[in-house]
Amino acid sequence: MPADGGIGAATIRREDVRFLTGTGKYTDDINIHGQAHVHFLRSEIAHGKIKGLDKASAEQMPGVLKIFTSDDFAEVGGLPCGWQVTDRHGEAMQEPAHPILASGKVRHVGEPIAAVVAESREQAQDAAEAISVDIEELPAVVDMPGALEDSAPKVHDDLTSNLCYDWGFVEENREAVDEAIRNAAHVTTLELRNNRLVANPMEPRVAVGDYTSASGDSTLYTTSQNPHVIRLLMGAFVLGIPEHKLRVVAPDVGGGFGAKIFHYAEEAFCTFAAKNLGRAVKWTSTRSEAFMSDAHGRDHVTKIDLALDAENNFTAIRTETHANMGAYLSTFAPSVPTWLHGTLMAGNYKTPLVYVNVKAVFTNTVPVDAYRGAGRPEATFQLERVIDKAARELGADPIALRRQNFITEFPYATPVALEYDTGNYVATMDRLEDMADLAGFESRLAESRERGMLRGLGVNCYIEACGIAPSSLVGQLGARAGLYESATVRVNATGGLVVMTGSHSHGQGHETAFPQVVADMLGIDAGMVEVVHGDTANTPMGMGTYGSRSLAVGGSALVRATEKIISKAKRIAAHLMEASEADIELGGGQFSVAGTDKSVAWGDVCLAAYVPHNYPLEDLEPGLEETAFYDPSNFTYPAGAYACEVEVDPETGKVSIERFSAADDFGNVVNPMIVEGQVHGGLAQGIGQALLEDCVYDENGQLLTGSYMDYAMPRADDVPFYAVDHSCQTPCTHNPLGVKGCGEAGAIGSPPAVVNAVIDALQRAGHDVEHIDMPVSPSRVWHAMQG
Amino acid sequence: MYAFELERPSTIADAVAALAADNAQALGGGQTIIPTMKQRLASPSRLVSLLGVSGLQGVSSGDGAVAVGGATTHVDVANGAASSYPALASLAANIGDPAVRNRGTIGGSLANNDPAADYPAAALGSGATIATNHREISAENFFLGLFETALENGEIITSVSFPVPNRASYVKFEQPASRFALVGVFVAQYDNGVRVAVTGAAEGGVFRWTEAEAALSSNYSAAAIDGLSTPSVDNLVRDLHGSAEYRAHLVKVLTKRAVASS
Repeated sequence: MPADGGIGAATIRREDVRFLTGTGKYTDDINIHGQAHVHFLRSEIAHGKIKGLDKASAEQMPGVLKIFTSDDFAEVGGLPCGWQVTDRHGEAMQEPAHPILASGKVRHVGEPIAAVVAESREQAQDAAEAISVDIEELPAVVDMPGALEDSAPKVHDDLTSNLCYDWGFVEENREAVDEAIRNAAHVTTLELRNNRLVANPMEPRVAVGDYTSASGDSTLYTTSQNPHVIRLLMGAFVLGIPEHKLRVVAPDVGGGFGAKIFHYAEEAFCTFAAKNLGRAVKWTSTRSEAFMSDAHGRDHVTKIDLALDAENNFTAIRTETHANMGAYLSTFAPSVPTWLHGTLMAGNYKTPLVYVNVKAVFTNTVPVDAYRGAGRPEATFQLERVIDKAARELGADPIALRRQNFITEFPYATPVALEYDTGNYVATMDRLEDMADLAGFESRLAESRERGMLRGLGVNCYIEACGIAPSSLVGQLGARAGLYESATVRVNATGGLVVMTGSHSHGQGHETAFPQVVADMLGIDAGMVEVVHGDTANTPMGMGTYGSRSLAVGGSALVRATEKIISKAKRIAAHLMEASEADIELGGGQFSVAGTDKSVAWGDVCLAAYVPHNYPLEDLEPGLEETAFYDPSNFTYPAGAYACEVEVDPETGKVSIERFSAADDFGNVVNPMIVEGQVHGGLAQGIGQALLEDCVYDENGQLLTGSYMDYAMPRADDVPFYAVDHSCQTPCTHNPLGVKGCGEAGAIGSPPAVVNAVIDALQRAGHDVEHIDMPVSPSRVWHAMQG
Repeated sequence: MYAFELERPSTIADAVAALAADNAQALGGGQTIIPTMKQRLASPSRLVSLLGVSGLQGVSSGDGAVAVGGATTHVDVANGAASSYPALASLAANIGDPAVRNRGTIGGSLANNDPAADYPAAALGSGATIATNHREISAENFFLGLFETALENGEIITSVSFPVPNRASYVKFEQPASRFALVGVFVAQYDNGVRVAVTGAAEGGVFRWTEAEAALSSNYSAAAIDGLSTPSVDNLVRDLHGSAEYRAHLVKVLTKRAVASS
């Protein structure tokens, strides 16, 4: 391993120097000479007809440049949806128009109605308050089953109903699953809700649009996880700007968690207005705006049936879900409850028959889309909760029941279309039982009881599918994008390298981990490698970062590009040493001729490439720069087993997490410290969902949790010291690094562990409680204990 | 935030004069008014900071009471009352977070009378006297309801006098998001009886749980609370974070815990 850390080294994150010293450059740090500011007038009404809008007096306010309404966007496309789901009957989903500014109706609290551009932010806000909007309030649709009743008001008048789609998967299995459940020795049924969440990255969204009239070039600086995707969607589908005239820059981004994947109205607005006004236009979201304009996450209501035979083998799973889309389809919203959820319903278990039904529903709420885990937490939660309930009903040990049903042979084709390439669920469960000291639980239980506290243990497994691929498959499933990744490796004349990746780091640590890969392959110091990302002007077309794909897909592209570099460098080295290319070996930053003491240093080969005095110019171009695009043949399948121990205060219902252990299989690991940090963060988010976070609307569509006064984020004292292990490694069989994703695992695997533990604690104390919906708040636990 | 003037008087008289302007408002540590102004939910034309007014700072004790200047921060109360009135100091040490405790003041908190604030429980539970530039007001007569107090325009809290009990404790159960008191109970035992003040639970703000006071006055033990019914749910808060029944239950649980820890 190179001194500075190649693959496997727990290298300190180099980007943290600027993040921790306040010297990062975020979108809000970008200020363009002469920029104006926009303030969006947002609807305070969930559902209503816009009868009139009077902006005359507001236009006379100091500093106002222009007030935009939907009329200004008559010639502009609406926000596109990037995924079309086909329903059970072969019909395309219902896909409503999604205007930049509300047109005709408002459909959720927070929807922008008008945009005031002024010299200062405060002037824009003052003028927005002077706009008079006449809205005829209509009954709001909030509850999902209610939204599907014939009498329900329609969110979109031009659609036939509030049903976006009724999806069945695998539809051909529907009757067989029903029959297996009818004939089962035992069926366990559970109804539950996967709570609505607000992503709440530390940095709120920001957009700065700029326009150069001399060249006709537009630039958008934005808080995005995927600047190329924004360029494609906004350029081609919204504003009609060809890509060579549109640059999208996502500089340092302070967390995304999914909410910064999507193309938002504010981005299109700032780009449009900059050209319209000839001034750069900036928008910085307040936290209050973030709560009502960032795409929300999850919000599923589910009924699941698990059928077992007389020997406790799982025979069938049937699940029926209502998935909230909100008022409009956010960019990838339709894919989340379907292809990212239904395909995971087999979990870690060899259940032969699975049927998943999902009804996606429009409501008068903020659009819902992918949030850390995206579909996979919803699948894992219901499956791992119903298994625990089944174990209790059958008098079986919940771990033994899981072990009995584990998939043990790979590759394994699930009944829900995935092929797991590799895994070892027995090994991760063995590791978990050891690291969590499950054998010592009884004594810890006794100790808790002495203090008057209830104690419970929750154990579960998870599997996830990361790096969604291949593009040919996802195209068939309805994706309107490819899902490859790209890398350009540029070797400079003196031997240093720049890696330009199409993936994007908004906290993940690419700037540290990617150089480790290159350094390992070349045998050079990782400090010689820099990473450039986030700017469509200087990176190859890539799909960005989400779905735990950066290393598995982007890293693989990086390997392919570096292989091309090595191949060419070997040809140069062979020339310099007058040897056969086949005899050239690379190691420790030296090219050598096998079986001789001849060698030439990495730097000398690089210099020869750019100062080609002694160079095979007739055979080889000068320079040393290569690009690769990598389209994976399959997902990667990280999996693991988690254990959570809680104490419950029987008097107040308050749950505290005493121990949390995570045994994960991420395949090969490039930087174990970054992986551990990713798991910690994922666990905190999963625990947040399980115990604290809940986005709540009232029956009129008013957001009741619009600030941190009512929306509970996890804080340091809400989470325990975690025990994290990723020593069980079954390398991915189809990517060159043998890596799997690790970014979402913690958020996927932890909610069922927490809830299983709380239910276990209550059951052990004699309370007949089978389920408590998340968040498992003190008041919910207390009410459950009251019976 | 709208534009406003900031005045920083150094005497009570100047502060009162500054507050005479239309739509002027007194400013303590600004931990409520500033966020409210940022959201444009309040728009005073002038803020009059009391932090520089002489005589409003500090904690002193004597004659069986602890006196706290109206502009004393929570941190200074936590430090200054640590030996003279530990329960009060502990309450102050657990308000909000370090930023709030280093800026927020006792006068600001009492004048705001947030129904989930901690200080009103200590003031009512201790039978404190709130002194202003005009008069002295007993805690009983000071808290009038949700965000309402007996303070009149131009009236400034100069100090708060807390009679020191034989023993006391404040126990708070935090609302998970805001970490304000979902319910907080202050119990204090004096020679002439026990006082029990409850914050967070009631729509009208802090109140005394008189049944518990009677029970504890004759038998100061957690067991004395066991036999009581929970307070009536009629005027208790019911919201996302807890039903009225849950809050009523917590009042009883926390009262017992406060007695046990006093």
